[in-house]
Parts: sequence; structure tokens; C-alpha cells
Amino acid sequence: MANLTHLTIAQALAGLKKKDFTAVELVEAHIKAAEAARHLNCFITETFDAARAQAKEADARYQKGNPLPLDGIPIAMKDLFCTEGVQTTAASAILKGFKPPYESTVSAQMKRDGTITIGKANLDEFAMGSSNTTSAYGNVINPWKAKGSNKDLVPGGSSGGSAAAVAARISMGATGTDTGGSIRQPAAFCGITGIKPTYGRCSRWGIVAFASSLDQAGPFGKTNEDCALLLRSMAGWDPKDSTSVNKPVPDYAATLNKGVKGLRVGVPKEYRIDGTSPEILALWDKGVQMMKDAGAEIVDVSLPHTKYALHAYYVVAPAECSSNLARYDGVRYGQRVEGDNLIDTYEKTRQQGFGKEVKRRILIGTYVLSAGYYDAYYNKARRVRKLIWNDFIEAYKKCDVLLTPCAPTPAFAIGENTQDPITMYLNDVFTIPASMAGMPGMSVPVGLSSDGLPLGLQLLGRPFEEETLFQAAQALEKAANFTAVPQNIVGKAA
Amino acid sequence: MSNALLKGNTGDWEMVIGLEVHAQVLTKSKLFSGASADFGGAPNAQVSPVDAGMPGMLPVINKECVSKAVRTGLGLNATINNVSIFERKNYFYPDLPQGYQISQYQHPIVGNGEIEIDLPDGTVKKIGIERLHLEQDAGKSLHDQHPQKSYVDLNRSGNPLMEIVSKPDMRTAEEAGAYVTKLRAIVRYLGTCDGNMDEGSMRCDVNVSVRKPGDPLGTRCEIKNVNSVRFVQQAIEYEARRQIELIEGGGKITQETRLFDTKNGTTRSMRSKEDAHDYRYFPDPDLLPLTVDNAFIENIRKTMPELPDAKKKRFVETFGLSAYDAGVLVSEKERAEYFEIAAKGHDPKLAANWVITELLGALNKAEKELKDSPVSAEALGELVGLISNNTISGRIAKEVFAEMFGTGKNPGDIVKDRGLQQVTDTGAIEKLVAEVVRDNADKVAEYKGGKDKLFGFFVGQVLKKSGGKANPGMVNDLLKKKLEE
Repeated sequence: MANLTHLTIAQALAGLKKKDFTAVELVEAHIKAAEAARHLNCFITETFDAARAQAKEADARYQKGNPLPLDGIPIAMKDLFCTEGVQTTAASAILKGFKPPYESTVSAQMKRDGTITIGKANLDEFAMGSSNTTSAYGNVINPWKAKGSNKDLVPGGSSGGSAAAVAARISMGATGTDTGGSIRQPAAFCGITGIKPTYGRCSRWGIVAFASSLDQAGPFGKTNEDCALLLRSMAGWDPKDSTSVNKPVPDYAATLNKGVKGLRVGVPKEYRIDGTSPEILALWDKGVQMMKDAGAEIVDVSLPHTKYALHAYYVVAPAECSSNLARYDGVRYGQRVEGDNLIDTYEKTRQQGFGKEVKRRILIGTYVLSAGYYDAYYNKARRVRKLIWNDFIEAYKKCDVLLTPCAPTPAFAIGENTQDPITMYLNDVFTIPASMAGMPGMSVPVGLSSDGLPLGLQLLGRPFEEETLFQAAQALEKAANFTAVPQNIVGKAA
Repeated sequence: MSNALLKGNTGDWEMVIGLEVHAQVLTKSKLFSGASADFGGAPNAQVSPVDAGMPGMLPVINKECVSKAVRTGLGLNATINNVSIFERKNYFYPDLPQGYQISQYQHPIVGNGEIEIDLPDGTVKKIGIERLHLEQDAGKSLHDQHPQKSYVDLNRSGNPLMEIVSKPDMRTAEEAGAYVTKLRAIVRYLGTCDGNMDEGSMRCDVNVSVRKPGDPLGTRCEIKNVNSVRFVQQAIEYEARRQIELIEGGGKITQETRLFDTKNGTTRSMRSKEDAHDYRYFPDPDLLPLTVDNAFIENIRKTMPELPDAKKKRFVETFGLSAYDAGVLVSEKERAEYFEIAAKGHDPKLAANWVITELLGALNKAEKELKDSPVSAEALGELVGLISNNTISGRIAKEVFAEMFGTGKNPGDIVKDRGLQQVTDTGAIEKLVAEVVRDNADKVAEYKGGKDKLFGFFVGQVLKKSGGKANPGMVNDLLKKKLEE
């Protein structure tokens, strides 16, 4: 029997259908891997027992010959998705012990299609961070190590637990959310594929909100095809989310191999940003060549307002978070620290319940929305956002997708970049513009750094044209032939 | 109007009054969740995870509330904005589960409008409407249930409210009272709010300032949550007096929020402008801009009922009622409907008289609402008909009405059972007339000698003999004829 944890989802589904192995075996193999990799701290809550029970149900369906589309596939669920009766923390102490009485739309749809959640994945607290070091439940450790070093590296963030779990072959796929790069950057750091679909493609209902106008759910997979399979299950209009969009969900996996002949790939000049590792710039050039070789047409484009995106993002996102996080007041659910009076209880609860980064962003957000500052900050940022959106619309008149770096550096060591929050925020410099514009984007592993760490490139597409994005990613994946796996994981590829 | 001014030690003062009325939209469910918006459920029984501000919950606009807001806007003769925006008003309080209230701020659904109010002197005044916007209600904090703790009931949390803001066009407490009364009548006619102030489905915030006539506007104080027309007027009177005394005593008005104490009719400071929250309004990213297209608005316009002013005009023009009577009848939708049923096929002026004087009088005395009236509109109409066709006299009709009110019987039966039909048989009345003339020969002589006033005496005698049932007109005619013999 093949090493089950090294299969792709597509391979596993085929194997299950052929009865090469059972869902119970598949799930059990991943649980074993998870147990062996607990030091990576991928999960805040393990749901192994429930997973085992669900695997039995999946096997029964395979026996009867009526399996669900993703029946029996073990996944990791970012602990930002509310799961009925299962602790949901958003990696914050303030939600410790909180068990939602409802299931998020995305996780419900995945369950409907047969995926099996083996754990609630660790993340940066309330999805605020780019290194998964702000979680109240400890850091997540990247399964990759730099050549000749034993230093623990960050998996990226905020969906660090999800990305690390897939990279470490603990789960076959994972859900993430991406507000400014929280799927794409960890995917790049962990050598896997991740897609943030168009804003409005997946329902936000039941996902703990960070910045509502930016938050968007998406999948991680070992391959582009796996992401396509998972996104089809996650996506769709939800009348409970007024910002979700009522468009049919295509069968993304069915059109993956359409090829890129004639596809116009834009290369934006503004993405040559100072401080980007030369290795990454070289990889970018290589990626452009790969697309060209695959038959794509390369177009130079300009996104002139790129340099303002990060600044505007750090106004809009904190502003929304300051309001979204007001509900964590200790009155109705989650942790409460009793004080002498109401105000004291509020202050103690929020002081002890929130971590440093969350507090920083609440403060920034409160400030930028304050009377007298609103126009200078929040309103200006909204205008910038519109300009960024226009940039993309203009660029997409000349090209069909954009190819850019995903992160300025490979994964860095835990503890690095933490002194100065600005350095940390710069990690998202390539991913934030598309977030601000609501455009879909994905990260594809393309090569290794000289240290042996994975590097990813980012593909961006037109709104609701994820199909094109998957087709471009498929060509890039094929050309890059990225087969490296983290050094210290259980089992080896078959 | 000079009588609108208040006398102070330094001269006359003018009040400037504006009102913000919160009217709960009459819908089954809340503004952004499917939970019931009914009044009076067990505490926290009508709360969805959205209303409780649970993590990851999202608001979805209730279309019914949008159409009722548009309907109300049309009833206020106001502009309907095709695009409006929900914003978040941020502040912390235990009965505000999300930590913000979803409201409309810079872009309300309804813009400028105006309504007419009827003043006691019979004149009409136009009061401008600044805007109407939709917003969610907060829950309710209960501070009197436990010596140390406060309780929170979230049933009201998320209920749909229309905040209707007037222009500062009112100059007396009476005008403010008439405005609230008129607004309540309009929303009731429209069916967009039940207008029940005692259940809190209509609440008023009153803005009051004073100035010397002709001066620029003074600093205003806002009195929060005043919950009856009478209290609105009391609060204004007190607050204006307080401000005048303060200014005349050398003090200065500071802009602040005040509370009205219903026990002693006074207002007291709640918080000053300095302590006011910075609400950090910003567009709610969970909701798209609210768009209502012209077709949607026109469809609602087609279903608009006749409103009080139009109805009043019609009552005056087609029924010949006085403006005053018409005003009394249209001030409440049920009353106008009652009247129209009672007047159907009968003399409308007589019907109006009976509704206003007898029916409303009796209801008032019995402390009953019109909807609980023991006399149906049809029955009252029948009574009016009996008077008009001379079956009974007005005097007998009052007796009949009293019995109708007491027993709920219909007037025809009462008249028949008690034999109250008016006597219109000429022969029978001639007989009574002859008897009276015969029995009062001396007075007949005096009458014929020129004492005309005695005619009334003879009429009274005839009516008395008939037991009140003789038709007074016929008695008159036949008496005259007889006495001239």
C-alpha cells in the first residue's frame, strides 16, 4: 500500500473508489502523522475521535457505491471557522472554551461533501499576523528546516497551522482565510499551493471576522488540483452573507489542463520591491520563462498605486477589526475577568483576553476612525483602495493573469522580524494589493532557496475567474515540477 | 404667533423644538435576523446568534423593513434615496452585543419631507422632516432585578427602528404634541408602525433650545426617551423654563443629553457633550449599499392608503363636515374607518355628530378604546338612519344609544321592543293636539292675545302626552294649524 499521507486528494479519492484502502485507514494514517508531529503545534483542538467515526461512515458509503465528492478526505480546519459543538478559539485566549452552537457555511459545505476534519488548525490570533507567532496557543513550527540549521522556522501566517499541517503530511488539505495574504504567504513558506478566491466567492458566515471587507476563505493543498477540488466544495453563494456573490461554482478541476497557449501573463513592474530577496527575483524571472515556454504571452503591465496598498491596508483592516472585535467583552460568551464594575470588567477581560498584536491593531483602528482623523486616514485609505482596484482593472485589459513574487523572503526563524511590526507587515507587500481589490490570487511552489527552503510565486486573476487562475497555476506547477518535501516528516513519498 | 412666547424677566422667549422619533417597524422579524420582533416574549427568548453578537454572525437586511421605510417616507412626502448606506455606530454597553449599532448615518434611506399639523385654533402648520433612517434597536438592561447585578434582555436587540428626524420647526409644546400625534396617525394609517408609545414602539428624543425672537438659534439640550405625547409637552415646558431661568440668571446652556423624570415632570442631566461618545461611524462592511430602484418605489406608491390630510379634505368636501369634525375623525385611522361605515347610506353630518359627541364621549367615560366599542359602526349607522327617516326623534335616539352601549343590542330591535317609534300618524297627533288645546283653553286665549312664547309650551305638552314619540315637526305644523282655527 502506498504511503497514504503522501497521496494527493485526487489520488486518494481514486484509491478509495478502487478500494485500495479504506477511509478509516486513510484517516488513521493522518492521525498517526499528526500525533508524531505534535511538536509542530499545528492544531489547537484535535478532533481525532470524531474523525474516526466519520471515516467509518465514509467507508459505508464507499461500500454502497455512493460516496460523496470528497468522501473520507482528512483535512485541517483553520480555527477561525466556527464548528458546531467543537471549541473555536480564533487562537485567542478570549475565546478559550467557546463552542459555537452553529457550523460555518464553508465547513458545513465541506462536511456535506465528505471531508473529515481531524483538527482545528492553529493560526495567528484573530488571523492577525504573518508568522503564526501571535497565537495564544503557542507558535506553529514550519516542518521545513534550512540546510545546515536546526532553527525553528515560522510557517507564515495567519493560516500557519493549516499550511504546516498540509506540508507535514498531517492532513491532505486545509482551509484557510486570507485577509492580506494569510493563505498565499504561508503556502509559499511551506511549499504547498493555496488560493484566495475572489472576495464574495466563499461565504464568510460563521468565520470569526477580522476585517470583513477583506476576509475570504480558501483552501490549501499539496497540488493545484487538490486546491481546485477543495475550492469547489467551499465556494458558493450564501444568502446569510450579503457580500457573497450569486454565481455558479464551476468544476475547477475539470478544466485544469486546458493549457495556457495564448494566455496573456502580465508582469507588473511595481512588484520589483526593494528588500526582496535576489533569489526570489530570480525565481520570478524563471517563472515568467516557464509560462512563456508553456505557450503564454508575456505582457509588461503597470499597477501604479501598488506602493500605497500596504499603508492603506493597515488603516482599513485595523479599522474594521477594532469594530469587529468589540463583541468580545466577556458579557455573553468566552472568557470573562471579573472587575469591580462594568468598565473594569471590560478592561480586565480585554486586557487579559487579547494578545499584543491584536491590541495594537484595535488601537490603530480606533484611532483612524476617531472624529477628526476619519477623513485623513480611513476615508483616504478607501479612496486609495478604489485606485488600486482601478489599477487591476486596467491591467486586466492587457493581460489575463498576473505573475508576481508571493513573499519577499523564504520562511524566517521564529523570533525574527518581531521587534519591529513594520518589518513583519512588509511580508504581505505582494499579497495585499489583490486583497484590497478583492481579486483572486494563489501561491504556487516553484523552487527552493539556496538554503533549501520552498519559494512560491503568486498568480493573480480577474474577479470570479478562478478557473483561469487554476489553468495558469497548472502550467506553472507542471513546469516547476516541485517535488521537495520537508525533511523531518513521518514517512517518505512512495 | 405671539401667544407662543414665554415670558421671562428680561422679556419674551421663543422655544425652538425638534424631535427625533424612533418608530419600530411593524414586521414579524428583526432588521437583520430572522428572530421574532414581537413585544412581550419571555426574556431572551427571541434572540438569534446574530442578535447576540456571536462570532462570525452576519446581518442580512429584512426586505420588509426596507419597503416599510420607503412607505413611511412616501407618507411623509419625502424624497426616497435610491442608494443608502448602513454604518456602524460603535460603543460598548452590555445590551449592545455587537459593540456597535447598525444604523444609517451619512446616507439615509429617506431624505427631506414635510407633514402638516393641525393646531387647536384651527390653523395648519407645516413641519419639515429632515430624514428617516433605518437602524437596529439595542437590548434592554434591567437594573432593578438584583441588588448588585444588572440583567440583560436581548429580545429587543436588533428590532427594526425608523428614526424620523424633524426640522427644528416647532415653537410650542402644543405643536410638538400635535406633531407626534400626527406622525403616529400617519404610521398607523400606513401600517408601518403600531404607534404604541406605552409599549415603546414609538419613543421620542426632544431637542429644545430657547432664544429671543429674531435671535440666532440657542444651544440645545436633548431629552432622551420621552414616551407619551403628554410627557413630550411636559418635558418641553419644563426644559424651556429651566433654560430661560438659567440664562436670565447669568448662566449658560451647555449642550447635553438630559433625562425626563416622569414622576415630577422635570429633566436632569445625563451626560454633557464632552462626555459624549465618539461613535466612530464607518460603513458596515458586512452589508452592501442598500439600493431601491424607482420601480420598487412606484410599486409601493401604488399601494399607499389615503392619509389623514387627504381623508380630512375629502370628509369636508364630499360630506360637508366642518374642518374640526373632519380633523377629529381622521386623527385615528380606526375612527375614520368607523365613521365611514356609520355614514354609509346615511346623513354624514348627523353620523359625524353621533360618532364624535355620543360615541367618543361614551367610550371616554367608560375608558374604552374604539376597537372595544359595544356599538358597532353598522349599528350606529342604523341609529342615524332611524333618526333621519323620522322613526325616532333625537331625544329618543339618545335613550336608544345608551341601551345599545350597555347591551350591544341593535337599535331597530330596541325601538321595536320598547315601542319607541315616533308617531307620524297625522290623525293620532291631531287628536293629541286637540286634547292639549281643549285642556288649556286659558293659555290658548293668552296665545291668541299675542303671547307667542306659549307655542313652545303647547309643543311640549303634546310631546309629553305622546311619551316623546310624536314627531316634533308634525306637532309644530298641526299645532299651528289648530291654533289658527
